[in-house]
Amino acid sequence: MTAHCSTGTVLEPPLAILAELTHRCPLRCAYCSNPLQLDPASRELDTATWCRVLDQAADMGVIQVHFSGGEPTARKDLETLVAHATGAGLYVNLITSAVLLDRARLERLRNAGLQHVQIGFQDTVADKAELISGFPGGHPKKLEVARDVTDLGLALTVNAIVQRHNIDRVDDFIDLALGLRAGRIEIANVQYYGWALKNRGALMPTHEQLIRMDERVRARLPELKGRLVVDYVVPDYYGKRPKACMGGWGRKFLNINPSGAVLPCHAAETIPGLTFDRVTERPLADIWANSAAFQRYRGTDWMPARCRSCDQKEVDWGGCRCQAMALTGNADNADPVCDLSEHHGLLAGITSADGGTAEVPFTYRSFSL
Amino acid sequence: MTAPQEMSVGEDDRVRLAPGVMLRQDRVRNHWQLLGPERVLILDEVALEVVRATTGQPPVTVAEAIDALAAQFDAPRTEIAADVREVLADMIAKGFLTR
Repeated sequence: MTAHCSTGTVLEPPLAILAELTHRCPLRCAYCSNPLQLDPASRELDTATWCRVLDQAADMGVIQVHFSGGEPTARKDLETLVAHATGAGLYVNLITSAVLLDRARLERLRNAGLQHVQIGFQDTVADKAELISGFPGGHPKKLEVARDVTDLGLALTVNAIVQRHNIDRVDDFIDLALGLRAGRIEIANVQYYGWALKNRGALMPTHEQLIRMDERVRARLPELKGRLVVDYVVPDYYGKRPKACMGGWGRKFLNINPSGAVLPCHAAETIPGLTFDRVTERPLADIWANSAAFQRYRGTDWMPARCRSCDQKEVDWGGCRCQAMALTGNADNADPVCDLSEHHGLLAGITSADGGTAEVPFTYRSFSL
Repeated sequence: MTAPQEMSVGEDDRVRLAPGVMLRQDRVRNHWQLLGPERVLILDEVALEVVRATTGQPPVTVAEAIDALAAQFDAPRTEIAADVREVLADMIAKGFLTR
């Protein structure tokens, strides 16, 4: 790669791509980060196009692919895509709800080269999990598939999606992962994009809940070392320093949506005025290096003056563009999570209005609002 | 850095790549790496030789791997042993290797 980004450093190829094969999903999780406007099945890329894109990704230096969605196992050609990605030299992760999987299909996917399965868990208690997902019977099915994953020698991640109704059971999530012989747990506090943003007032925990959870997680970390890899995503609305969202816009990752639009992150379509190139129209390496949407917030030149003079600018890369958009109405602003942002005061208002423990009715994910 | 006691590796131990971990040469970045779930560990020359010597086929004990490396690099066994144990303890702690 010879392209340069705006800071003058050489642009590295992405480490990983998130391949959203479909927006179809049998679950209706209220915290889903997919866009409110979902791509219908009729707009999904076909098998041959995905195979071509996977080859392009491997050629440009992408190391890992995450097959995701929606529910990627809703695609009947998943085995073909896994085999193709593996043949191209990519490490293949499957991000799944697991409810459409069975042992026979897992075995076929493993034989095609799949290395790692990440299963999302909505809670550790079945009826509570199924209230969030809107899918009766989902929880025991997930447990069954998770056992098959490790039985077949595949790596398992338990993705614990944490919000106000389960945040007090973070210890149970860790014990669940240990009991299932997972190698990794993501303690993923819900981030408010897409459907989760719509349901923020039904999901956001209180500050006290968050502090208790944080104490529990940190207390467990020493005993988990060497047994369970912990990736811990804290909810940043209560924070003072923004997250380095995606490791910086257009620096490490790209996302391809079901209809082939290439996005710097999966929520980027919420930013008005950005145009996204499609894998059907332009080679992936060219999109990564030159697409206007990637160039828009890459590096530090786009930043407001105050951010450009900040010594954290290449640590957090200005935080999250989609969050700046959602909370301040302008994606060019600093992420208001930063306490140096003039908009930081907004967060106190949001957390006091939306943070809570009450049961508020969810707006479940669906194809038509 | 001293590894925590529970990660330390004995010479009678055998180690293997953890589930979902693979050794890969990255021709674009021109290095070797261990890949795991959503993770990449770049290997320097020492780490690469340790991984090859301890996780190859047929399985060997850590002691046998140290012997082989000491012969291969014509280096004092105590030095090699220290390097091997340090690399293995670190990789076990990070979840790339397992006993």
